[in-house]
Amino acid sequence: MIIYGVALLSLCTLMGLFLGDLLGVLLGIPANVGGVGIAMILLIFGGSYLVKKRPLHPKTEQGIEFWSAIYIPIVVAMAAQQNVYGALSGGPTAILAGTLAVVLSFMLVPVLTKLGQPEKSTIAVTANN
Amino acid sequence: MIIESLTTVLNKYGMISGFAVIGITMWLSYWLSDKLTNGRLHGSAIAIFIGLLLSYFGGLFTGGQKGLVDIPMLSGIGILGGAMLRDFAIIATAFGVHVDELKRAGMSGIIALLVGVFLSFIAGAGVALAFGYTDAVSVTTIGAGAVTYIVGPVTGAAIGASSEVMALSIAAGLVKAILVMIATPFVAPYIGLDNPRSAVIFGGLIGTTSGVAGGLAATDPKLVPYGCLTAAFYTALGCLLGPSLFYMATSAVLS
Repeated sequence: MIIYGVALLSLCTLMGLFLGDLLGVLLGIPANVGGVGIAMILLIFGGSYLVKKRPLHPKTEQGIEFWSAIYIPIVVAMAAQQNVYGALSGGPTAILAGTLAVVLSFMLVPVLTKLGQPEKSTIAVTANN
Repeated sequence: MIIESLTTVLNKYGMISGFAVIGITMWLSYWLSDKLTNGRLHGSAIAIFIGLLLSYFGGLFTGGQKGLVDIPMLSGIGILGGAMLRDFAIIATAFGVHVDELKRAGMSGIIALLVGVFLSFIAGAGVALAFGYTDAVSVTTIGAGAVTYIVGPVTGAAIGASSEVMALSIAAGLVKAILVMIATPFVAPYIGLDNPRSAVIFGGLIGTTSGVAGGLAATDPKLVPYGCLTAAFYTALGCLLGPSLFYMATSAVLS
């Protein structure tokens, strides 16, 4: 049944956010520490565990896939409620600070992507030796 | 009379109105993508841009802080694009993730997170200095705002920043999130953002949840879970480092 998929997704979400909140309290941070990420890991590993044991019923999968597919419209709705006006009325300091952070981060994506690669090939080389 | 009834229904069934409005926006965007750019610019990228543009006017006309959602008839979009359904949908995208890809990129993701938070903070703090802020509290708060628009006010509140500086730091974070949403699809080919590994690193470096979620959606929906997974830890890391290490380091440098 489709609800099984939706319920599995909900349980992973709640569990992840709960653990994230708990982590935040333990670390003394007023924020949820990776709750969404923990929930994703729960779903990935919970999902693959279930699939190996006994494949999820296609109907059950549909309950998760619907929300995955509705992701982009939700992001569009999210974009429509960003405080764009507030961002631009922050003046040159805010605009420059935000922009510089983005430009530098973009520039480092290829650098860090390459950084991990030679490591892997060295491992491969040592393994050959 | 007709208008009144229409408004009543649209308000009462807010989330449903949200589905309708967003659906029409998506249709229009994919149509524009097809006709104007021959499909080269993703329909979702156009839709996100239209959303941002409309929210600018929403803010301009209503004076509120939630873009289009401050227009009463469109408040349902707020439910649809709010944190609850956004997080739910992001988590759902993880269902299609390849565990091996994730394991292979895991370590780089953690490095990207640390580098990303530091880099954004330094960029923001540097700009604050350049604009004449010299006290450690203001410089730290504006720097933290360049991390994300949540880290900014959390840090500012913890170290006692003025409300003017707090507003500035939130604005810096918003600029970052919005710019990432708009620029990612254009920049992606130049920074090699086309595979799960670089998406994990992208999520760690950029970190702002809405920016990463929107930017990757506009680039390639398949990359969304990989980027969002690392980005999920970014704000918390910023909140951890902002009022502590970053504030102490800034105070030491400026004294």
